[in-house]
Amino acid sequence: MEERNLICTACPMGCRLVVKMEGDQVLQIAGNRCRRGESFGRQEAIAPQRMVASTVRVLNGFHPLLPVYTKGTVPKKKIAEVLAEIRKVQIAAPVANKTVIIKNILGTGVDVVASRDMPAKA
Amino acid sequence: MQEKFDFIVIGGGVVGSMIARWLSRYEASVLLIEKEADIGMGCSSANTAIVHAGYDPMPGSLKAKMNVRGNPMWDQLAGELNFAFERRGDYVVAIGDEEIPLVEKLMEQGKKNGVPGMIMLNGAEVRAREKNINPEVAGALWASTGGICDPFQVTVAAAENAVMNGVKVMLNTAFLGFITEGNRIIGVRTNHGDFLARWTINSAGMYSDDVMHKAGVRPEFLIKARRGEYFVFDRADIQIDNVLFPVPSSKGKGILVTTTVHGNTVVGPTGTVIDDKEDSSTSTEGLQELADGAKKLIPGLNLKYAIATFSGLRPMGNAPTKTPGLNYNADYIIEIPEDVQGFVNLGGIESPGLTSAPAIAEMVVDLLKDAGEPLVEKKDWDPIRPARPRFRDMTHKERQLLCEMDPRFGRVICRCENVTEGEIIAEVHAPIPAITYDAIKRRTWLGTGRCQGGFDMPRVVNILARELGISPTEVTKRGHGSEYLYRPTKEVED
Amino acid sequence: MLAKNIYDVVVIGSGPGGVAAAIAAKQAGADDVLVIERDVEPGGILVQCIHNGFGLTSLKEDLPGPGYAQYYLDQAKALGVEFLLDTMVLDVTSQRKLYLSSQEHGYVDLEARALVMAMGCRERTRAQIRIPGMRPNGVFTAGTAQRWVNVEGWMPGKKFVILGSGDIGMIMARRLTFEGAKVERVLEIQSYLSGLTRNYVQCLQDYDIPLQLNYTIKRIMGKNRVEAIEAVQVDQRWNFVPGTEEIIPCDTLLLSVGLIPENELSRKAGVILDPVTGGPFVDETFQTNVPGVFAAGNVVHVYDLVDWVTEAGFGAGKGAAKFALAQKAAEQRYTPVKAGRNVRYVVPHKLDKQTLEQEEVHLQMRVTKPIEEDVWIEVHGENNSIVRRSERYVRPGEMVTVVLRPAHYAEVCKAGTLTIDIYPKSEA
Repeated sequence: MEERNLICTACPMGCRLVVKMEGDQVLQIAGNRCRRGESFGRQEAIAPQRMVASTVRVLNGFHPLLPVYTKGTVPKKKIAEVLAEIRKVQIAAPVANKTVIIKNILGTGVDVVASRDMPAKA
Repeated sequence: MQEKFDFIVIGGGVVGSMIARWLSRYEASVLLIEKEADIGMGCSSANTAIVHAGYDPMPGSLKAKMNVRGNPMWDQLAGELNFAFERRGDYVVAIGDEEIPLVEKLMEQGKKNGVPGMIMLNGAEVRAREKNINPEVAGALWASTGGICDPFQVTVAAAENAVMNGVKVMLNTAFLGFITEGNRIIGVRTNHGDFLARWTINSAGMYSDDVMHKAGVRPEFLIKARRGEYFVFDRADIQIDNVLFPVPSSKGKGILVTTTVHGNTVVGPTGTVIDDKEDSSTSTEGLQELADGAKKLIPGLNLKYAIATFSGLRPMGNAPTKTPGLNYNADYIIEIPEDVQGFVNLGGIESPGLTSAPAIAEMVVDLLKDAGEPLVEKKDWDPIRPARPRFRDMTHKERQLLCEMDPRFGRVICRCENVTEGEIIAEVHAPIPAITYDAIKRRTWLGTGRCQGGFDMPRVVNILARELGISPTEVTKRGHGSEYLYRPTKEVED
Repeated sequence: MLAKNIYDVVVIGSGPGGVAAAIAAKQAGADDVLVIERDVEPGGILVQCIHNGFGLTSLKEDLPGPGYAQYYLDQAKALGVEFLLDTMVLDVTSQRKLYLSSQEHGYVDLEARALVMAMGCRERTRAQIRIPGMRPNGVFTAGTAQRWVNVEGWMPGKKFVILGSGDIGMIMARRLTFEGAKVERVLEIQSYLSGLTRNYVQCLQDYDIPLQLNYTIKRIMGKNRVEAIEAVQVDQRWNFVPGTEEIIPCDTLLLSVGLIPENELSRKAGVILDPVTGGPFVDETFQTNVPGVFAAGNVVHVYDLVDWVTEAGFGAGKGAAKFALAQKAAEQRYTPVKAGRNVRYVVPHKLDKQTLEQEEVHLQMRVTKPIEEDVWIEVHGENNSIVRRSERYVRPGEMVTVVLRPAHYAEVCKAGTLTIDIYPKSEA
């Protein structure tokens, strides 16, 4: 049996959760002050998810980089791989806001999209 | 074939630059070598910026003579070289009756040195002229010939005028040793090659002792670094319009509270002797000393309005004076040594070095003439270094015309001090090019305001890269080894 | 030269506060709304905040900074808000006259019927917290580093220490780690986290970046570039605890030690600042003590969520538009009165139509030369004659008067300018 200490980020309160686990089964969650904390603790203990924001290189753009983000969360343990995939990308300007840059990144079902319009260099 | 000059000046501080400028008046080839990436990066750009009246140096010393000869030269110099200079006058303030005799003694000393325009004021008169002064003020010495300037501007203006008149300036060029023939110095070795000269002049500031030792001159002469720390206050919050000295102590002139030509109030310097000639760091103790010292003169000065601190190293020498009968062991060395030919030796030019610089240059020329140098005046010597536009000092109409003339003067890069892209570009392409961030900062005053470069830094890096035709990763703060940027954000493994 | 030199509402700053104010001003009926931005593109600080967390309350979406900015910028543009980019406002008077400068337009001035200050904040600097040491390169505020990494595309270091556990510092810790740099430590002088807990978890904890509370920096080491920092523990009074010093080798120190509302321009306009917030004293419409000068966003006080900045901007913009429209109405009440043929001058130079509605207005004038025959004295607009009377002669030495009455009000309203002509009847 394992006890994990987590900070809940479902709301700004930041309750300290103690999650009792057996393997990858959650036995008990303590320290949450609401329901959302319980479901957060469960998810976070078994398969923590994160949104990832980064930049990709742009050719002939107003700026050399285009900010992008995952439109949804991806497994925390895949973040390094996600970043490596993003690093490979080079896209030509102009790019429209919300354009899908990488579809279904690493099979997560989540797209990486442009965070803004990026016009071509004047 | 080595390049041959009539004169080589070692060191591009205010003294070296003035000497080069004075020599540029004559039909002679002059080379000025400076080890840093810009002119005047040593003591010349980190001092209190005061043009001293001359009551402080020991009567009879060379220091006193140079101070009092140099002081009146500044009006003409400022007009010719177009740098900021104001003859504000200065006060030495006695706090408490017990300090009055000390101030009176200074006045006596000043009279002995030949300083004009001094009077004693009582407490009420001082309070009337400086409303923030410590209410326990008992009186003050008022010296009307004291002045303030921008010492870096002075240095670069003198160096630029020298270049305009044919002097060659080599930056990033370090003196390594002399080339000799018997007991005659015939040239110098540098990291950029060897250069021959009929005369070599030592104005190497902090390292003038090392230089003269290499010439076999004055092995007992030693320079120690005296560090002075300063606070700079926000113009909008603190306005002291006067130059205020405390009574001097054995450590020196003390911690001043003074206005500057840029309108800021500056407090300093401290005066700690340190071992490391390169350690211009600020220290917790030093800053505390400043806070206490400032409060002696202006009790209401609140540290929270300080927007910057800096520190400067002064070369403190141990040369005994050449004046017969005078017991003084920290005088200036300005001489042509007897046993070494082709060498003009300077050393220990600490305060009042800035004030004395034009007088020292004049004395060096006199020494050369006395030694038989046929210095023939150039017919076309131009003493004027034209001023470059300063957007922030201009009226609305002047700004409009400036922008019409060159639209790049319309693009404001430093928000706090209103410095424009046009001005930055002008400095990059000036006779002494400014190619580092700090060089631009010293010349334009950019980045010295409230945000301390927060807004302008990335923009200045881009402008420098573009104007110099280099990658932004090659742009430095103060020369090689102080680059800003390492690599592009997206480093891709191919 | 600018196309216009008077606007209903001028907004200084195109960050979230300024753009929201511009939108609200347009929606509240302001005819021309201009946003002046010193950077090359609009969006303010949001342009470089590429992480998520913006719009959760106001847009019910989790957007990165640029996306949040884009949403409102699109709205502003669709409403016809004008933008002046790469333009610095250098001075503002209490009469709402602005002096600006740009490469494109040069040095120009313009007037605003109402002004919204939305200049945001600057970051606290090393000099203000007085960290001893030399002045090597590699000491940057977190925001400056963020601009380089995210917008300009450069890494300003390899090994970082961050002072301050504010959100900007923590966000940058993660960002730098993502781009291959090493963040050695985050130091916080207080005994508590300065920023949001969520950021502690997702920026520091997730990447095993150690946070030390009750720690600060005693000294920066290095001459040309940072070589290390000396960290030290502090007690409750922020005094160094001897023996706790630790030298941490690094090449870059990022400072995330506080934001200061940027009110230099506000001061120039005569706005009074609250020393506690660092921003202007404002009422519930975000109007400052100077009539017609409003303030919105971080320039008033430091906000935690951008959604509230947008809300404040809406409020200020609405107030500004209301003020501007009242100003315009007041201006339009006045009709200029001009000297026409043979008239040297007329007093008054302008008249308030509202006055004429109730009372007579006397126009007094002198002629340029004598006319020794019957003359018409005529007051007219561009297309209408309003009143005409005759005199047997006119001479420069004798003042001439024409009376406008309430009965003339309707005709006067049709005119843009009133002109008075005096001419011989024989020429009519």
